[in-house]
Formats: sequence, C-alpha cells, structure tokens
Amino acid sequence: MPAQPDGNGLADLQHRFARAVLQAALSVPDGIDQDVRPTRERRFGVYRKNVKASLAAALAARFPVVERLVGEEFFTAMALVFIEQHPPRSPVLAEYGAAFARFLEGFDPAAELPYLPDIARLEWSRQVAYHSADAGVAYVGRLAELPPEALDSVRLGLHPAMAVIASPWPIVSVWTTNTHDETPQAPAADWTGETALVTRPHLDVLVQRLPPGADLLVAELAQGIALGAAAEAVSRAHDSFDLATALATLFGAGAITTLSQGSSS
Amino acid sequence: MADRPPRAGAGLKPEHQRHILEARPDVDWFEVHAENYMGAGGPPHHFLERVRALYPLSVHGVGLSIGSANGMAPGHLGRLKSVVDRYQPFIVSEHLAWSTHDGIFLNDLLPLPYTEATLSLVARHLDEAQTVLGRRILIENPSTYLRFEADGMPETDFLRALARRTGCGLLLDVNNVVVSAANHGFDARAYLEGFPYEHVGEIHLAGHAVLESDGEALFVDTHDRTIAPEVWSLFRDVIARRGVCPTLIEWDSDVPVWPVLEAEVRQAQSVLQTAGELDARAA
Repeated sequence: MPAQPDGNGLADLQHRFARAVLQAALSVPDGIDQDVRPTRERRFGVYRKNVKASLAAALAARFPVVERLVGEEFFTAMALVFIEQHPPRSPVLAEYGAAFARFLEGFDPAAELPYLPDIARLEWSRQVAYHSADAGVAYVGRLAELPPEALDSVRLGLHPAMAVIASPWPIVSVWTTNTHDETPQAPAADWTGETALVTRPHLDVLVQRLPPGADLLVAELAQGIALGAAAEAVSRAHDSFDLATALATLFGAGAITTLSQGSSS
Repeated sequence: MADRPPRAGAGLKPEHQRHILEARPDVDWFEVHAENYMGAGGPPHHFLERVRALYPLSVHGVGLSIGSANGMAPGHLGRLKSVVDRYQPFIVSEHLAWSTHDGIFLNDLLPLPYTEATLSLVARHLDEAQTVLGRRILIENPSTYLRFEADGMPETDFLRALARRTGCGLLLDVNNVVVSAANHGFDARAYLEGFPYEHVGEIHLAGHAVLESDGEALFVDTHDRTIAPEVWSLFRDVIARRGVCPTLIEWDSDVPVWPVLEAEVRQAQSVLQTAGELDARAA
C-alpha cells in the first residue's frame, strides 16, 4: 500500500507498539506521552497484560485437560511462550491454537508428559468440531435396509465435524478421567495406545475410543472408497479388524451422514 | 414486546442463552460480538438463530481494526458481512482502535493518535466497510491507558469529524469515558458536554476495575462487575441530552447468573422509561 506522508508514521508506531506488546523484553515504544503519572511503562503494561492474559485464557479454555495435567501455573507460563512464538493470525479467536500440539512436541519443560501433544490434538479436534458445519447424521438402520448385494458398493459420507486422532498413548482414557472425574484415575501400568473419535452429531461434541483398524476404515471412506473394498483393505492390514464393531461405533457416534450408491471414487 | 424502538438490552453470553430461550426475559434486545459467530456451524449459530427469532439483535465487531495503518484485518470485512447478512441486526458497530498489524492479531482494542492522518486513514477504512456492508456503522469511543505525543485534537472532535466525513454513527460508551478521564486526568462531565450527540445511535454501560499501585490508580475497562455509581449518574445526564437511545449492559468476564445481569438492564430501563415519559409529555 502506498504510504501517505504521515500515515507512514502511524505504520511505524504500530509496528513498534505491536512488537513491544508481544515481547516483554522490549521497552515501551517512543511516541507515547512521557511525563505522566502513573508512568508510561505501567500504562503500556495494561495493553501487554490485556493481550497476553486474554490469549492465555483462550488457550486454557480450549485445552482444559492439558491445563489440568500440567497445573494452572505451568500452563500459563507455557501459554505465554506459545503466544510469543505463535501469536494469532486472525481476529476469529476460535481459530487460535491449531499450532499448540506441535508446539508442545518441542517444549522441553513438558517432555515428562510425552502424551501431552496428543491430548492437545484431541482437545483441538473438539474445538474444531464445535464450530464446524452442521450436517444430518445417518442411522445404522439405513445399512440394514440395503439389500445384501448393495452393501459392498455403498459409499459412506463422513460428518464435517468428525476427526480421528491415533496415538501410542491411551489418550481417550486420560482425557476422560481428567474431564469427568474429580480425582483423575491413575493410569494403568501397561499403557496401550488408543485412537480417539471426535464427533458432533448435533450440539454436543462426543469423544470415544475407536476399535482397532477403524481409523484405517475412516481413512478409506474419506477417499470415497466403497464399503466392500475399504473393509477388505483394512482386513488385509489389520488381523483383528471387525467391520461390524467399527460400523456400529461410527454410526453410533454420528460420524456418518450419507449412504450412497454409485461408481465415482 | 412493546411496539417501540428497543431501549435497554444485554450482551448475549453462552452461559445465559438456554435460560433466555426458555424464560424469554423482558429485555428489549441483545448484542453479540461478531467474531464469535464466524464459524461454519455448531452451537453458536444454533442458539443465536433462536434468540434472533425472539429479540432484535445488534452486531458489535471487535476485530476489524479500522485504525491499522497497513490495512484492516485481512478478509475480515467479508466475514463481518456474512454475519450481518445472516442475522439482519438493527445496529452494526465497531471500535475506534486497531488490533491487527502485519497479519498478527493482538487481542485488544489498541489506541490511536488523534491526528489528521489517522482521521483520513480511519475514514477511508470506514467508507470501505460501510460500502461493503451496505449500511451505516456506529463507531465506539475507546477506553485508553496512554496518549501519544502526536495527539493533535480532542477525541470528541475526532469522532465528530469522522461522523461528518463518513456518515457513520457513534456508539457512546459512558464507562469508557469514565475510564479514560480517570487515566488521563480530564473531567468526564466536560467531555460528555462536548460529545456530538446528533450522531449517537447506541450507548454502552459496563463495569471497570481500579488498579492501585504506589498510591497511583489506573482504571481498567474490565466488563467483569456491576456498573459504577458515577457511570449511572453520567448516563442519566447523557440521556437527558441525547434523549432515549438503545442502551446495552456489557458483562464479558466473570459473567454472573442471569438475574444479576438482568437487574442492571432493569436499572437502565428505568432511566430510559422516565426519560421516555418526559419526552412524550414534551412532544
């Protein structure tokens, strides 16, 4: 944009102002009234605090289980580092926090809790599901109504709010006990990986465990592969895959919106 | 609902929306922050559709950043238009402030130096916004914690000039006046005597905090408590000057149970009611 004679001065002022708001180490920018009480440092500090505290609160609201796992004080300190490194790029704050799980992977002070990033992924998927597009869900009975010869060629449409998070950690168990129990249950001695299914069939966001191989089935279905071929591919890769259980879970959670016949793939 | 223009309203909070839909309280209107309704679907739209079917609605933007020297928040005007088109509010408002710079969103309403250059910039952005939305926007006076060496005119002159130049209306936030007056050592009553009431289309009332340190106080616009007596007193004066005007109670943090917020709305309603009767008698 072509700069106006003194519009340029404003751009410069805002540049320095924005940097100093985000980075506590920088001093208050020039151009602010100096001989004032309270001091300009204290005055500028109100903006710093407004920006950072509101963003940290937004992250805490989005990642309540991560906060519970690390404690409030640790979470706030961690959030402030994240905010400096990844400030929001949009005024729509619902979109803020997509990069938090990746950030946690590289955040050394939290390395003791290696499952933290996957918990953050699960919580982020809940946030996305909450705001995602609405769609009607199909009931499993629709499948039973099909003539047996049509089952193989049916294509299942996935709900826009649906997400699958596969983890080597028992993320559904950890999320559940830290969401619903006053005192979180101690993790089992032999931790096994869990795959989370996040859905929002109507107003409420649901989280449940996917049975083995069901995540692969979802990946096949998402590509528009017909049910017969999708199930066959998953069975080849996964000995213990049970199609009936996988479908019951997916339909039961409201992950499927449409059943269609057709040759497109 | 009475067949007259909306008077006292409340900010719509997720904590209250189920109760509002069930109990349908006798409140004239609700206001929402536009940015909370920019997702594709889900509970926010579900509830707002239902509230909108029962009450007049105002859409209050907090993220357009009309004071940004490098341009308003990218893509945001289109998002705001979608919300306005969908919900057909009776008022659309935004702030005299900036919040986006170089693509980074600082989640606050940051202050502007009041200069001719700032006025041209803000007027240009506001022209664009009003053209895209196809309607008048009300612009709110900010609460500020610091001032700039470049300041060349009083805030009220800036707002008057902006309204004249762009045809925008003004949203007078009485609490913001009290907060800024305390922080900059001016007289809130004198500020309000100079306010261009002919452009005012809405009034905001909210609670503020007083932060003391070493015997020096800063007032902070927190929207987390009841409205201060001084703000109520100035509000009565404002209504006496301006006449009856849609008035909103804002309560955005530490949101109380609905009856507490409703009691604040009732108090505003009674001020407006009395003024309305006086207006009717004078007419």
